[in-house]
Amino acid sequence: MEKDNKKELKVAALKNGTVIDHIPSDKLFNVITILKLDQCNCQMTFGINLDSHRLNKKAIIKVADKFLEQDEVNKVALLAPNAKINIIKDYEVVEKKTLELPTEIKGAIKCINPKCITNNEPMFSKFITIDKMKGLFRCYYCERVIKSEDLIIE
Amino acid sequence: MEIKSLVSISDYSKEKILQILDKAAEFEKNPNQKILDGKVVATLFFEPSTRTRLSFETAVNRLGGRVIGFADKSTTSGTKGETLKDTIKMVSNYADLIVMRNPIEGAARYASEVASVPVVNAGDGANQHPTQTMLDLYSIKKTQGRLENINICMVGDLKYGRTVHSLLMAMSHFSPTFTFIAPDELKMPEEYKMFCKEHNIPFKEYSELNEANIADADILYMTRVQKERFTDLFEYEKVKNIYILKNSLLENTKPNLRILHPLPRVNEIEQEVDENEKAYYFEQARNGVFARQAVICDLLGL
Ligand SMILES: [Zn+2]
Repeated sequence: MEKDNKKELKVAALKNGTVIDHIPSDKLFNVITILKLDQCNCQMTFGINLDSHRLNKKAIIKVADKFLEQDEVNKVALLAPNAKINIIKDYEVVEKKTLELPTEIKGAIKCINPKCITNNEPMFSKFITIDKMKGLFRCYYCERVIKSEDLIIE
Repeated sequence: MEIKSLVSISDYSKEKILQILDKAAEFEKNPNQKILDGKVVATLFFEPSTRTRLSFETAVNRLGGRVIGFADKSTTSGTKGETLKDTIKMVSNYADLIVMRNPIEGAARYASEVASVPVVNAGDGANQHPTQTMLDLYSIKKTQGRLENINICMVGDLKYGRTVHSLLMAMSHFSPTFTFIAPDELKMPEEYKMFCKEHNIPFKEYSELNEANIADADILYMTRVQKERFTDLFEYEKVKNIYILKNSLLENTKPNLRILHPLPRVNEIEQEVDENEKAYYFEQARNGVFARQAVICDLLGL
């Protein structure tokens, strides 16, 4: 237990806010983008290439005074289905969020089809999750089916 | 209230398909009526397709409606640089229904969201062309007397051919059996074969168009094998003459067999076949008018 705490402290403790842990290192910047954290004024700490038992190299995000809503949590599921999201209040974990793929994703993802209307008109993209287990998504407009590893985050 | 549109064949349930086909049969008996009297239909063709446009415009004219629109985007300066949304919003003010052809995939779905009148997709790139599927179904029902338990043999470009994909999906309601005949480069995509397996639809797959492979067929659905689809031109040269239908191939086929083709054909059906009683592709095109009349009137609640 003490050992675990020490590890956590490598990236600074958080009084109030959200911790997103166990993000694959190569997905860190995508997670930042999809949650629009790059446009947020909150205090944040990022850790990358940390040792992990479950992942080769993991990344972690700590956002102070921001509590992720379920729809934001679901967006993280698109990129890092095994991430762990904890809500912290007064240095204590008060809630563990469960990640679930959203049934419908508006904006956030770019369609890989260059001939798709969403890439040719000023509008939001929209994807329907057709298989949560296999991670398959269908563009609502051009109907192209896209695998989760081919998703392009806007 | 949500406005009804026809964007994709999957927008139609089995019941709806049957209902539209019945309606089409009524129009075939009596194609000249005044049902659309006082109505204006816009045909917006962002890429030219004379065949499809004439079919839609005939459908409307024979029912007493009027047509506005354009046949090719490049000839209409008004739409240059304008977003699709703005064009559709504008035309929504003038017309009771919009028929749109657009090379951009998903354009019809988007148009149906921004339009205040129904939209009929007359083809959006490689994606959907649902009225083609409706006329194919109508032709199958008319020539075979039913849609249930039909053996459909699809020949040619089964990889990129959107008509065969939509027909496959639509026929899945009616316990079909499929035979896919295509060169290796243009085989039926895995996702459609998976779809057949999941729906317990039996299918066979061959790479050769010969007597034996079409012996059980009720419908022979021919498509064009286009040179530009091949990455390897040597491969194209090898297969281009294998998928040509001749009278000699048809001698031992079932008497009820009918040959369909979405047209235009290039050389995949020999001219001599046109006189064969099993050739049905020109009548099939004629059926398009009735199917489109049925779709338009249904969307307008008439
Ligand atoms: Zn798309």
